Amino acid sequence: MARVVIFGSLRAFTDGAGEMEIEAATTRELLKKLAARHPALAETIEAGVSLAIDGEVFKEAWFTPIGPDSEVVVIPLMVGG
Amino acid sequence: MKQEFKVLGTRPIRPDGLDKVTGKAMFGADKSVTGMLHARILRSPHAHAEIVSIDTSKAEALAGVKAVITGDDFADVENRWSRYTMQNCMAQGRALYDGHAVAAVAAVSKTIAAEALKLIEVEYKVLSHVMDVDEAMAPGAPVLHEGVKARKLGDDVSGNTVGYYSFGHGDPEKGFAAADEVIERTFKTAAVHQGYIEPHACLADLGSDGKGELWCSTQGHYMVREVCAEILHIDASQLRVTASEIGGGFGGKTTVFIEPVALKLSQKAGKPVKLVMSREDVFRASGPTMSASMDVKIGMSKDGKITGAHAKLRYQGGAFPYQMVMMGAMSAFAAYDLEHVQAEGWDVMTNRPKMISYRAPGAPMAVYAVESVMDELCQKLELDPIDTRLLNAAKEGTKSSYGPTFKAIGLVEALEAAKAHPHYSAPLAPNTGRGVSCGFWFNFGGQVSVSMAINADGTVNLIEGNPDIGGSRASISMMAAEALGIEFDRVRTIVGDTASVGFSDVTDGSRVTFAVGIATINAAKAAIKEMCQRAAKIWEIDAEAVEWVDGAAQPTGHNAGNFPPMSLAEIAATSGKTGGPIAGHHEGAPDKAGVSFGVHLVDVEVDPETGFTAIKRYTAFQDVGKAIHPAYVEGQIQGGAVQGIGWALNEEYIYGEDGRLQNAGFLDYRIPVASDLPMIEPVIIEVPNPGHPFGVRGCGETAIVPPLAAVANGVAQAIGVRMFALPMSPPKILKAL
Amino acid sequence: MSKIHVTTNVNGDSVEFLCEPDEVLLDVLRDRLNLTGAKEGCGTGDCGACSVTIDGRLVASCLVLGAEAEGRVIETVEGIGSAKDLHPLQRHLLEHAALQCGVCTPGIIVAAKALLAENPDPTEEEARYWLAGNLCRCTGYDKIIRAVLSAATEMRGENA
Ligand code: FES
Ligand code: FES
Repeated sequence: MARVVIFGSLRAFTDGAGEMEIEAATTRELLKKLAARHPALAETIEAGVSLAIDGEVFKEAWFTPIGPDSEVVVIPLMVGG
Repeated sequence: MKQEFKVLGTRPIRPDGLDKVTGKAMFGADKSVTGMLHARILRSPHAHAEIVSIDTSKAEALAGVKAVITGDDFADVENRWSRYTMQNCMAQGRALYDGHAVAAVAAVSKTIAAEALKLIEVEYKVLSHVMDVDEAMAPGAPVLHEGVKARKLGDDVSGNTVGYYSFGHGDPEKGFAAADEVIERTFKTAAVHQGYIEPHACLADLGSDGKGELWCSTQGHYMVREVCAEILHIDASQLRVTASEIGGGFGGKTTVFIEPVALKLSQKAGKPVKLVMSREDVFRASGPTMSASMDVKIGMSKDGKITGAHAKLRYQGGAFPYQMVMMGAMSAFAAYDLEHVQAEGWDVMTNRPKMISYRAPGAPMAVYAVESVMDELCQKLELDPIDTRLLNAAKEGTKSSYGPTFKAIGLVEALEAAKAHPHYSAPLAPNTGRGVSCGFWFNFGGQVSVSMAINADGTVNLIEGNPDIGGSRASISMMAAEALGIEFDRVRTIVGDTASVGFSDVTDGSRVTFAVGIATINAAKAAIKEMCQRAAKIWEIDAEAVEWVDGAAQPTGHNAGNFPPMSLAEIAATSGKTGGPIAGHHEGAPDKAGVSFGVHLVDVEVDPETGFTAIKRYTAFQDVGKAIHPAYVEGQIQGGAVQGIGWALNEEYIYGEDGRLQNAGFLDYRIPVASDLPMIEPVIIEVPNPGHPFGVRGCGETAIVPPLAAVANGVAQAIGVRMFALPMSPPKILKAL
Repeated sequence: MSKIHVTTNVNGDSVEFLCEPDEVLLDVLRDRLNLTGAKEGCGTGDCGACSVTIDGRLVASCLVLGAEAEGRVIETVEGIGSAKDLHPLQRHLLEHAALQCGVCTPGIIVAAKALLAENPDPTEEEARYWLAGNLCRCTGYDKIIRAVLSAATEMRGENA
């Protein structure tokens, strides 16, 4: 199961949980399960998030594979200049 | 593993260079068509006012005026972010900052358009305004928009607080308890403008049938198409947007300010409309970046180890909701490997123009605050600033302060290069100080489309969808040549309009060389596959038995067949007979852009009589992964460094009590000029990005991050007093002395 | 307002145009003569993007009236070098990669040419002060100054 890390201020929507285990093969599946588990997070996920999977940042790529031992960090959607 | 390259790393002349040195290159304002109208925009003189009424009848009656529009001409849009963009282009109901557009005119000449503006009568009811971030965040401040306060925030902050973010791990308080020295400081930085020399400009032609043509200066013409189609309620397919040559953007052209207005005027007048911002318009109503108020607290042990770190960042981003402070909170401590760290950020609205990205948006100010406290700690504990940074530096495997664990990164290499550089050990003259700072930027991938055609004469055409701001057509051609194994000058890359190639994200986040590069390599792979198949057919062997080496197809071995290599030109020459044109294309959304770190070293001399700070020597070290065209990489580093110097020393938005901008021109908003500067020595470090086949990282943004603190740390050393606000303009330095 | 008839010489060709009495030379060049090489970066004389020479003297064309061109010799970037035969300044700017977006480049070329006409052997500092009126936001000036100095060396017939 992938280890999911929720960045600081998003913990307000997960009842304080900062880390959790989620069984998911892709980012899309992971985000769906995350939103189901923590409905308050759904709005943020809908608005867009970036995911750092084992250290690489992905901008909303639904079908990015997630390994069974991956670390996934949920961070806000990022933009540049 | 070090890769060997033939084309990458060389410095060919850029393909668009000739046009640019002979004055032929067409920028946003350079295109005209017969029968076009000229547009002008009327702007609010108030920082905050209700628009009670607008009477355009006299303007409409003026001979030569063909269309007048106000906010009422724009129908609502569903997506709230698009609505903010629309209402920033043309106020609806309320003017939210000095310079906010309230009406626009299209007329047969510029003079008549200007005349007509004077005939528009606007009745305002002035409302109270708020300009400063801390005041805007305080309970009781006038609130710009109701109902947009960030979720889960308490009554201790006002409704202007539209975003709250927190990043980090461990417990900073524990870290501070373990420290030998703890320093906590408050900093302020001014809002600054991207300062591109070319004002926003466009030429719009939209028929009543919804078919439109738009020529404009932008960092992303697909973004323009999508936003404009949404605001004007037309189909994206019907609006063809062509990106002009772009005279600088730095993030400031990643949104629209005038394009929907020009399209609407054109639709109403039934004629093409040219709309060009004046420099005053540019300052008052486009661009600026956030101003900031920040608290940073860092604890350190005697030997220089950071034990705990905490930052609170309050940014104001102007008159509409926005999200940007998170980038600051994520960048603040990214350079360090920390056990106890937290960075918090608040996005706040004020009566200032709607902010838009400026090179590494959100990072420079946060890093300025952090690196200033680092410097003070080093002074206090009598530690070497580079050794101390090396002791704490993030490296491969470090859990970053914003969450992800770093892959291969080049901070240690950059710090070591700085330490070994003669600049670091050169003697210092009187009144001179030497500043050091680290800097960081993420870099992004994003959506990209590339189409490549192999021509019968053995040359290659490539169409990409990202406007070329700093020489990317050259680097893309180089990557195509490298991937195909041909000479650079056989490839011609152009930026296609929105009807000629698939979608591409805006040119931002230092993504073009990275993402378009990957797409180019993949397009080349597709073309190579086809060329190998053609060779296989000609040789009558299996396609699997053919490989591509040095720009030619060849049998994989003697067993496969005994044929001399067949070059790209030879295969292309017979393509008409072997199955038709050969092409390759790629559409995708590559990620893994690879973060980039920089370290800057600066010597500053402060004149105790005038308070003027002179930059005496500047050296910038940066990990770029792999420099495709080193001269343009150097240029990015030099240009970024100088923008940062301007931010540190001179640039700022100055508002009067009345909320009006007082320095909307280059005379009073002073960007660095040639005589302010020495040569800027760039030192390129190449720690390959594992996420890119050639090792490329984005390189365009990192360099604006370190200069703020580097210059501030130099000034602190030179005058023996530390300043806690930017810019450190001469009067402010004199006051501190 | 009645228009003014002006006869002048632009880039070696004699030219006639009609302009408004208050129309600046920059607008005349760009809108009436279709010479869009000079750019408007500010319109207030502060950026140098509109640099041209009048009788060899460097001016900001956004501050000069079109009517003042009467009987003068105007040179714009379009008159300096050609695609086949670039002026050394143009060539050195390209070789040094001294342009990124390139919008400041026409002004820099015109201004630098005027500098070298007056002072064929400028020091770095002299070049920096001369070009202080030409804003460039992209390059940090380093490569521009190097290109100008090496073009000057070539033009003096010395080896760089
Ligand atoms: S446009 Fe003339 S100096 Fe700027
Ligand atoms: S190259 Fe862009 S302003 Fe000079």
